[in-house]
Amino acid sequence: MSGNTPLVALPRWADVALVPALTVLTAFAVSGFVVLAIGENPFEAIAILLKGALGSKAGWGYTLYYTTSFIFTGLAVSMAFQAGLFNIGGEGQATLGGLGAVLFCFAFEGLPGILLVPLGVLGAALAGAAWAFIPGYLQAKRGSHVVITTIMFNFLAATLMVYLLVNVMGRPGSMAPETRNIADHAIAAPMHVFLGALGISFPKTPFNISFLLALLSAFAVWLLVWHTRLGYEIRVVGQSPTAAIYAGISPVKITVVSMAISGGLAGMLAVNEIMGLQYRLLLDFTAGAGFVGIAVALMGRAHPVGVVLAALLFGILYQGGTELSFEKPAITRDMIVVIQGFVILFAGALEHAFKKPLAKLFAIARVAKAGGQNGAA
Amino acid sequence: MTGAVDGPAIELIDLDKRFGAVQANRKVSLSIAPASVHGIVGENGAGKSTLMSILYGFYEADSGEIRVKGKTARIRSSQEAINLGIGMVHQHFMLVDNMTVLENVILGAEGGSLLARGEEKARAALKELGERYGLTVDPDAIVGDLAVGLQQRVEIIKALYRGADILILDEPTAVLTPSEADHLFELTKALRAQGKTVILITHKLREIMHATDHVSVMRRGEMVATFETAKTTPADIAEAMVGRRVLFTVEKGPSNPGRVLLDVKDLTVKDGQGVTRLNRATLHIRAGEVLGIAAVSGNGQSELLEALAGMRRATGSIAVDGVSVDLTKPDPRVMRALKLLHVPEDRQRSGLVLPFEAAESGILGHHEDERFARGFLIDHAMIARDQALKMEAYDVRPPSPHLKTANFSGGNQQKIVLAREMERDPSVLLIGQPTRGVDIGAIEFIHKRIIAMRDAGKAILLVSVELDEIMALSDRIITICGGKITGERLPSQTNERELGLLMAGVTAEAA
Repeated sequence: MSGNTPLVALPRWADVALVPALTVLTAFAVSGFVVLAIGENPFEAIAILLKGALGSKAGWGYTLYYTTSFIFTGLAVSMAFQAGLFNIGGEGQATLGGLGAVLFCFAFEGLPGILLVPLGVLGAALAGAAWAFIPGYLQAKRGSHVVITTIMFNFLAATLMVYLLVNVMGRPGSMAPETRNIADHAIAAPMHVFLGALGISFPKTPFNISFLLALLSAFAVWLLVWHTRLGYEIRVVGQSPTAAIYAGISPVKITVVSMAISGGLAGMLAVNEIMGLQYRLLLDFTAGAGFVGIAVALMGRAHPVGVVLAALLFGILYQGGTELSFEKPAITRDMIVVIQGFVILFAGALEHAFKKPLAKLFAIARVAKAGGQNGAA
Repeated sequence: MTGAVDGPAIELIDLDKRFGAVQANRKVSLSIAPASVHGIVGENGAGKSTLMSILYGFYEADSGEIRVKGKTARIRSSQEAINLGIGMVHQHFMLVDNMTVLENVILGAEGGSLLARGEEKARAALKELGERYGLTVDPDAIVGDLAVGLQQRVEIIKALYRGADILILDEPTAVLTPSEADHLFELTKALRAQGKTVILITHKLREIMHATDHVSVMRRGEMVATFETAKTTPADIAEAMVGRRVLFTVEKGPSNPGRVLLDVKDLTVKDGQGVTRLNRATLHIRAGEVLGIAAVSGNGQSELLEALAGMRRATGSIAVDGVSVDLTKPDPRVMRALKLLHVPEDRQRSGLVLPFEAAESGILGHHEDERFARGFLIDHAMIARDQALKMEAYDVRPPSPHLKTANFSGGNQQKIVLAREMERDPSVLLIGQPTRGVDIGAIEFIHKRIIAMRDAGKAILLVSVELDEIMALSDRIITICGGKITGERLPSQTNERELGLLMAGVTAEAA
């Protein structure tokens, strides 16, 4: 066929594991040069980073706390990817998730914790979903590109939050733009309490049971996307909207539904940050996790397993980076943003830079193995 | 006729080109006489396009030699090809639709940063080309407004304007009416008379016989034979292409029409801009009957298919086996429930999801079937088993349900779609372009299946750009032009010429 280079497919394991691994290694290598450029030893830096993140139970606690947030936002971006949408509004959806969580926690305060906590989760997911539904609807019905609208909705969410916390929901008598605390029985149990109840001792860290919710969400996304009719429809729309129309699958409906699910996943970030750590709604609690989700999804190749692993990597980077900036003041936390940037660059923008040469290598290896035997085209 | 002046215009010696594990061209040698029309035929994937891409500088050969007019040449870009006097008209035109003819012609050869001088020069050149070859076209017309045949003419003018004296035409008639094709071949003769060399890539043997001096046949990356056209027959060429004897005629008995299964009245389709694409089409198909639609691409046959399949809004009425359909809410699922199934014209864009596994493409549109469900989950094992059975029955190669759809050849992809729809026991089957981009071996198979469906009492609507195919398979033929039905004929009582006139809108009375 004219113009098409016949694509030689990579083996699955290479596509799933080797390419992301190479991406990360390259990102680290390039970052190493940046560390070198500011006059520090990159190997020493890596050692401090890893030790800070994984060298102690407390380190693990912090690492997994970050990981939890990144799983939620990474899943959110992946979910939208499956439908061919680029949701970069995780930040805003998570912010609204916080609002939903505290509103539900306040409204149902009279209920026991066993009901109240799930309701808080539901509030977070619903509010996030609603915030993503609007760009989804605008995309599906009006053709307004979700990339543009979700960015704008991030700003809208931030301003809305300032207004609400300053004028409506702010704690009386407090200068800080934040609500009162949610009830003690509304919080997502910290891991040291949870594990303590199981007889395992664990230091006090922000790590809380929403980690389990994150893993459950990852499983649910996997099940939904690859094993249900809705998931099938989402993937058809994502891969070929024309085939969807042929099949009688409405791209409008799927676009809206996928965005809502995506927003719901982002909204659940608030379970980790608000119900698990802050216990009250405050400004900027998302701390950029919505954007990290994009890097996580790119690196995890929009697959839940990949997302969990990539989220863990970023959790390590964030926790280890904090330790690193203590030990080596020359290496600020911005270094982590630099590495994150390189990961996005290599995983997203330059994916084919790795894929093509790898495919070539594999093809050569295969031909060598075939021993000159003629493969029919 | 072949004025062999001094050596070949183009000589290819032992060209090799490999893409990964695929050997697209293997030791290809070819010699093309100047001032001749040289045909190159071969099945899809035989390596024709790769060879021409090498000649036009899109790819470089791994080894081998190219000689242009006796001199060894290295062609690394299309610009270098143009400098050597090689021009190419692609199957899919490389024109900017919203620019004028003149602007398109000077595109890439503007002659300076100010356009006026280049345009003036091109205008004069256009006039001259028009006079010399009868290649007239309004230089100020917007290309998008021109008929397809004229757009192709613009492509040829573009190549000639750049000084081409070797012209490659890649499947030039795929989008033309028979009469437009005739014009094209008059033009190639005029070009030859003026000393130009034309390379014609096609898979239509009729065109080869009609328009070429020599014909070279490619099979699986190799150049297997070169004939002098006057001294060969279509059967010989086809045998060289496929490697075995091919039956051209479809064996079918007389049809045995039963009750009306599809009844369509005054079906009208408007596009997004409000332009009427299909105008009050009225037709019916009986059980055990193939109704063929003959029309040039873009004359409303695609809209007819899509409206019948529930993919488009339409007015009028459609009844499937006596049940009338609500046209205000078109829905492919409703049509499927009525056992009206659809093999879409564009299998790659609509009929399949190329990145999916074959098994997953094999349930497209039928994914809600209870057979494929296990509770609220999809039963992947069941889908794979079902696909494996269908692949065996339809001789899909390789028969691997888990292979990515994109990795099957055109013919095998089409078999996946056909198997999916035919095995669902339709009462009405819409088939668009059953053999487009399908190799000759698979064409035979597909034609047999279509006739078998007919004989099993299905009503079949067949849309194809291949007039031969329509003639061979149909029990009745309807022609459409500009969205209107222009005639109905029995294949035994008509010929390609008459159908061609009807397709061009010349009604029976005037003809």
